[in-house]
Amino acid sequence: MKNGSSHSHHILPPRVYLGVGAALLILTAITVAVSFFNFGPYNLLVAMLIAAGKASLVALFFMHLKYDNKLYMTIFVASVVFLAVFIILTMFDTLRRDDIYDIGAGPIRDRAVMYDSVAVDSTITGADSIEAVSDTTINQSPGQ
Amino acid sequence: MNELPTKSYLNDPKGLKSWLLTLDHKRIGLLYLFSIMAAFALGGIFAMLIRLELLSPGKDFMEADTYNQLFTLHGAIMIFLFIIPSIPAILGNFALPLMIGAKDVAFPRLNLASWYIYILGSAFAVYSMVAGAADTGWTFYTPYSTETTTSVISMTLGAFILGFSSIFTGLNFIVTIHKLRSPGMSWFKMPLFVWGLYATAIIQVLATPVLGITLLLLIIERVAGIGIFDPAMGGDPVLYQHFFWFYSHPAVYIMILPGMGIISELISVFSNKKIFGYKAIAFSSLGIAFVSFLVWGHHMFVSGQSELAAMIFSFLTFFVGIPSGIKVFNWVTTMYRGSISLKTPMLYALSFLFLFTIGGLTGIFLGALSVDVHLHDTYFIVAHFHYVMMGGTVMAFLGGVHYWWPKIWGRMYSELWARISVALIFVGFNVTFFSQFILGSQGMPRRYYNYLDQYQPLHAFSTYGSWILGLGFVIMAVYLVHSLFKGRVAGSNPWGALTFEWTTASPPPHENFATIPETTHGPYDFDKIVPKRTLTED
Amino acid sequence: MAQATGQPHFLQHHFTDVEQQRESAKLGMWIFLITEVLLFGGLFCAYAIYRSWNPDIFHNAHVHLDIFAGTLNTVVLITSSVTMALAIRSMQLGNRPATLKFLITTLLLAAVFLVVKYFEYSHKIHLGQLPGKFYTFGGIEGTNPHIFFSVYFLMTGLHGFHVLAGMGVITWLIVRTQRNAFSAEYYTPVEMTGLYWHLVDLIWIFLFPLFYLVG
Repeated sequence: MKNGSSHSHHILPPRVYLGVGAALLILTAITVAVSFFNFGPYNLLVAMLIAAGKASLVALFFMHLKYDNKLYMTIFVASVVFLAVFIILTMFDTLRRDDIYDIGAGPIRDRAVMYDSVAVDSTITGADSIEAVSDTTINQSPGQ
Repeated sequence: MNELPTKSYLNDPKGLKSWLLTLDHKRIGLLYLFSIMAAFALGGIFAMLIRLELLSPGKDFMEADTYNQLFTLHGAIMIFLFIIPSIPAILGNFALPLMIGAKDVAFPRLNLASWYIYILGSAFAVYSMVAGAADTGWTFYTPYSTETTTSVISMTLGAFILGFSSIFTGLNFIVTIHKLRSPGMSWFKMPLFVWGLYATAIIQVLATPVLGITLLLLIIERVAGIGIFDPAMGGDPVLYQHFFWFYSHPAVYIMILPGMGIISELISVFSNKKIFGYKAIAFSSLGIAFVSFLVWGHHMFVSGQSELAAMIFSFLTFFVGIPSGIKVFNWVTTMYRGSISLKTPMLYALSFLFLFTIGGLTGIFLGALSVDVHLHDTYFIVAHFHYVMMGGTVMAFLGGVHYWWPKIWGRMYSELWARISVALIFVGFNVTFFSQFILGSQGMPRRYYNYLDQYQPLHAFSTYGSWILGLGFVIMAVYLVHSLFKGRVAGSNPWGALTFEWTTASPPPHENFATIPETTHGPYDFDKIVPKRTLTED
Repeated sequence: MAQATGQPHFLQHHFTDVEQQRESAKLGMWIFLITEVLLFGGLFCAYAIYRSWNPDIFHNAHVHLDIFAGTLNTVVLITSSVTMALAIRSMQLGNRPATLKFLITTLLLAAVFLVVKYFEYSHKIHLGQLPGKFYTFGGIEGTNPHIFFSVYFLMTGLHGFHVLAGMGVITWLIVRTQRNAFSAEYYTPVEMTGLYWHLVDLIWIFLFPLFYLVG
């Protein structure tokens, strides 16, 4: 049928499993050992890199992703990618929510920005009447 | 000239037990059909009651608290019990294995389990109705949902359980499509409905678990007060909204994508013309599925999320328009110079095109950050999602039901009454919901029990529309039931379609096909093959 | 029906051959596993957000977790993954006694994991290091230190529940293996349970440093 069927009965020698298990235990020892040193902000990074290494070993050898149909690998990686999207896009909100307090109020202008580029000709009486109208609107609004 | 086969999946084997323990995907599809239609009727009755109460301002016949419970039940039932499972669980279950030339879905027992889980989840939802229905809105936003005295827990537990049903269906479909296609059916020879179901299933398995953990957290928060969504204890209620919409935005594509798949079938078959842009339609389904995971924050523009997040989500939202637009253009181009036959399913497909385009375009307005701040939580939103969900998904669903009806039962419904019903539903729908666009743009907030007198004419107009709509559905129920007993015998291929399900008998035998069919042509090769129609024109 | 056509008895009627059935089961299992990833993913997201908001609390609270117990449990789970992998391998070779031996070892290691977890939990309950309104412990500086324990109990609790469910499935496997249900030709349930068990291990590999080591 499709690719992968030739690999499906791949039987690994026991030393692979034992070797990977030993590597996982060694990495566990390393991650515990380094946790007693303080790398400041890199603590998390170091711990996560080691954990990712261990997880890859489990997925590739114990879960046979290295030998199986690559479709399974694609599915698994996709789930991790979508999880990353979930966390990262949420953190765009949670980490930057306080930005709103940094936004200062601008000066209150007496006319809309759109009129800035319009050459104001004082001889046209309309210009004055626009301001007159807007002034009255502003003055009336609190009362309504 | 046509005759019903003496033995079909409907009568072989016989007995109630053979139905309740069936592993046949066609029968499970029918079990879903009856239960989901019951949910649809219930949600529809709630909708009619809501509209009736809103006929005039103030109290008409129900209290404000009852009103709050009714719109919550309408939303929760329509979303979780009807529209999410509707197309995949009914039509997908029935048609998917037939369309790819398989004997069944990959995991028949899981399929049956998903139906029982659906029933269990529905039982919790129904129980919450009698035990003081939730009044939170279908979104169950915290902090209100953790404080209200109504039965939020049984409703959320119901939705949580229904999630498993949805996951099982999606999982089953992905495996079926990957592994059970008949010999010769390559990915690009699959019918587009199958592509739609595939994209849907991907969202179902990736997004639904997050809803599960969200509702679980809500229940734990409500029961034990762990404070994870409670600002007084250092928690964050907006986080609930992130969690909820990370599922529920992709979920609206769970609702629309299979509908789009049905439309691709209908437009090609009833235009008697090869689909235009097969690959573009197939890939745009996957494109929509992918983008759907990146845009959930546009439900939260006024919820207090950061401005940066709001801008990113607004920007990303516009990308949804691209694959959706690709589909609409391809459907329209397919019809161009086709030999169009305006049978009932095609009338639904055309209604879909018209209404979905309005729903989609207003979605673009709402995705624009600055516009949404004004329109958020108004009737404009209500109108927008009803145009997409009802004008889109429900129209496609009804089109699909009318398209596969002769295959499911072997008999035809009355074309005349079906057309009357389409017309009533189309007109009634627009009267009900177009008025709500205007109401919303004038500032009428959604979910309000009372309103200013100035909104009354449009509210009344909308309520009259709901009566037309209701009449259309009642007529449909009557002629569909009637057709089961008195309908003309349809024969194997009443529409002259080219996909596999029309090569076997109607209704199909238990094993679907006498021999597993081989793919010799594409699903829409109307330019090369003239299919033999088993039903002549009326 | 199956015997009549000369097909093996475990082949279901809608599959054309054993290979197709086996690959379908495996694909289905992988899809199930990614739903698990996303299920835990929600809680990982909550962890990330609350940790980014309250780095001091997370640091001050994590020292109250027992690194020794955590490390012990990590070693136990990794070993159980090795024995699970070896159980599958034995069944692939048709060696039923070895499969039984490895499955029972895996089950026992899972039980050890839960016993250690039980002692950790009861110690926390005793001290009042509990989620939300149940939090009564006084020894951690900062506002709302209970947030750390809310996330801790949610994540390890959900993980513990998965270990428990895994133990149930492994017990069923042991019974079925004893009844000679599996062979070198048909060992799909063993293989699928193995995948699940490795995922449970894989999630713990992340939980351990996040709570016990860096906090």
